[in-house]
Amino acid sequence: MANAETDPMMPQPWVVRRISKETPDTFTLALTPSEGGARSGSGGFRPGQFSMLWVFGVGELPISISGDPADEESLTYTVRSVGPATQALVSREAGQGVGVRGPFGTGWPVEGAAGRDVVVVAGGIGLAPLRPVIYHVLRHRAQFGRLVVLYGARSPRDMLYRKELVSWGRHQDTQVLATVDYGGVSWRGRVGVVTSLFKYLRLQPARTTAMLCGPEIMMRLVARELAARGLAAQDVYLSMERNMKCAVGSCGHCQWGPHFICKDGPIFSYARIAPMLDRYEL
Amino acid sequence: METQTLEKIIAGHPYFADLESDYTSLLVGCASNVRFEPGRYLWREGEEANQFYLIREGRVAIEMVPPHRKAIVVETIGEGEILGWSWLLPPYTWRFHARAVETTRAIALDGKCLRQKCEQNHDLGYELLKRFAQIINHRLDATRMQLLDVYGKR
Amino acid sequence: MQARLAPEEIDKLIRALARRGYAVLGPTVRDGAVVYDEIEGAKDLPRGWTDEQEAGRYRLKPGPAGALFGYTVGPQSWKKYLHPAQVKLFEADRQDGLFRILGSPAPPARPYAFLGVRACELAAIAVQDRVFLADRFRDPVYGARRTPVFLVAVQCTQAAATCFCASMGTGPEVRGAADLTLTEIVNGEGHWFLAEAGGERGQEVLAELDRQPATEEELRRARTAVESAAAQQVRRMETAGIRDLLYQNFEHPRWDQVAARCLTCANCTMVCPTCFCTTVEDASDVTGDHAERWRRWDSCFTLTFSYIHGGSVRSSSKARYRQWLTHKLASWIDQFGSSGCVGCGRCITWCPVGIDLTEEVQAIRGTVNHGNTDA
Repeated sequence: MANAETDPMMPQPWVVRRISKETPDTFTLALTPSEGGARSGSGGFRPGQFSMLWVFGVGELPISISGDPADEESLTYTVRSVGPATQALVSREAGQGVGVRGPFGTGWPVEGAAGRDVVVVAGGIGLAPLRPVIYHVLRHRAQFGRLVVLYGARSPRDMLYRKELVSWGRHQDTQVLATVDYGGVSWRGRVGVVTSLFKYLRLQPARTTAMLCGPEIMMRLVARELAARGLAAQDVYLSMERNMKCAVGSCGHCQWGPHFICKDGPIFSYARIAPMLDRYEL
Repeated sequence: METQTLEKIIAGHPYFADLESDYTSLLVGCASNVRFEPGRYLWREGEEANQFYLIREGRVAIEMVPPHRKAIVVETIGEGEILGWSWLLPPYTWRFHARAVETTRAIALDGKCLRQKCEQNHDLGYELLKRFAQIINHRLDATRMQLLDVYGKR
Repeated sequence: MQARLAPEEIDKLIRALARRGYAVLGPTVRDGAVVYDEIEGAKDLPRGWTDEQEAGRYRLKPGPAGALFGYTVGPQSWKKYLHPAQVKLFEADRQDGLFRILGSPAPPARPYAFLGVRACELAAIAVQDRVFLADRFRDPVYGARRTPVFLVAVQCTQAAATCFCASMGTGPEVRGAADLTLTEIVNGEGHWFLAEAGGERGQEVLAELDRQPATEEELRRARTAVESAAAQQVRRMETAGIRDLLYQNFEHPRWDQVAARCLTCANCTMVCPTCFCTTVEDASDVTGDHAERWRRWDSCFTLTFSYIHGGSVRSSSKARYRQWLTHKLASWIDQFGSSGCVGCGRCITWCPVGIDLTEEVQAIRGTVNHGNTDA
């Protein structure tokens, strides 16, 4: 019989250490294992992986890890409040418990991208699962070519990690371009959809790996734009989202064609899923 | 010297790269260097549209003022982009405001002069319309995407 | 080595299994249907009953006099024991803003013995084994029930109109591993069973029964009876190339036609012996200090099944029927190396509007092949 230490269906007790507000509805929580609690799951994750976060008596949600993969003490998550369970999660206070299962799923191809240019394209909350990649590349700067971060948000106040976006752009060989769909007159940055940022880039398609996360339609258009600019489909990666309940490929909810997003994904190469992206209600 | 630089920039721009050199010379004849300080309006809604710009540096915001609401920026146009097509299409008036967000250097092209030349030379008119149709097409795509409000709460 | 048993030995078999500590589960008549429940002796079996099935129709009626297993399959499958419809995953207590998990789900007190497992059902158990035990994640709930189970298979000697196991290659003769395999013969001349043990456990139990070696003639008659169950089948599934057929016909007018009939009631997924989807529900008591998590069967026919922020991915009934059928017959092959369908026909019988998946596949295939589908 499985016990709580090894059964991936059993939430481990973790504790909120810090919670910070990113936007009016989005918060970042740093969690560490509770005293005496099992430490399984801490000390390592692959950028792109997610955990199942459980609020006592409320419910459980798949949330991507948004922190630094080199941080072995804590796991960091950025959560947007869109319903009762996410609201309960972002309402946690420091010192309160959260159940953690995972990490689960495939990661971004950070090893495969070594020696290459990395283009990160994020939309909205989609920057959260990509932030670990950015941390990783900046920490191992010499192992990678150019780093380009393209970020689209709804409005300036919906942008995640605004200070970090600025500081990332100061690194050598790193370009950060952000845009918003709607800007007020006081906004001095760019206004326009994320695909409009590509005209500011000079890509070297043969030596570029692209990683995309955002609303499906945005990823679809970006993937096409990248293909038009000469990137091979196997060098473009997308993070997919479907309803996830068990996270171990057993409950059936996250099926997408033959794939279980939770265990075969959430990261897929465009080469693998391109035809499926156009299938409505698949 | 000045003309040579302008010619180089115009001929090297992706939208005009494969234009016949005679036509490029025509464009250069209608071109001049301009500079806008931050906050300066390039034009305002309703004014006569007599030029377009090749942005060389900086950023320009396309602004609109919805009824009973504060002005919003619907798009920004930056380095390498072409700003303005109302000069080409009747009634030759600007639909929105255009305001420099940053110090902006651009090449201004005299649209009034160009559209007269287009009327006289339909081949030139076709070449220009074809190129501007592309720009309009991209902006329309982008506008549709913005309308989806993909990052909004549903 | 096949043995011949008198019908009275079935009662002794049930008691022998109970004596060994098994909860003996088998067919019994309740609410006008053959269902599976705990049985104490042969008296609980559906003696003399058979079933009449068609798309959207199930009736019990008198069958061969004295037959204990004269029916085909009822609405339930063994899934209800191995993969329970609801199971408590854990309880937890809140303490000072933190929480403590109180234990894992307990396995049943007694291991199960299944009596009357049909060939298609044995195949269905093998399918669920691949889902729950052979994957990266091994489901402890299923594993705790499945590992010790004692399987007494009974071969079919008749088919319902909804059966199509022969075309799925799963029956009617038992092909999977069972501890004991029985064949019941009832005719004007008598009533007897053939029994064959599959392994040590089965041999030990069989040794406790009065038996005699089966004659060549008896073996032949049993074989003929099982063959007749295959010959009776009026429905069939053409499986050649079915995966690509369905993948390539993601857009097909037939989906709209079936969606116009489908009530998305989820009956097919509930009665299906291989459908495995579940959801979890969290509940807390009125103080908020005690919480439980339950796992329950779920169905891809519900709107909530594919819900993500913003709405359901499969909002149309067309998309949900297509998901079910395509998963069952096509993507299952990619996921688990076999079809998810065993040809038991339950989804046809228990569909309130009588949707028949063999007909749906044939309609899609028919259009594609221009009617040349007999090959």
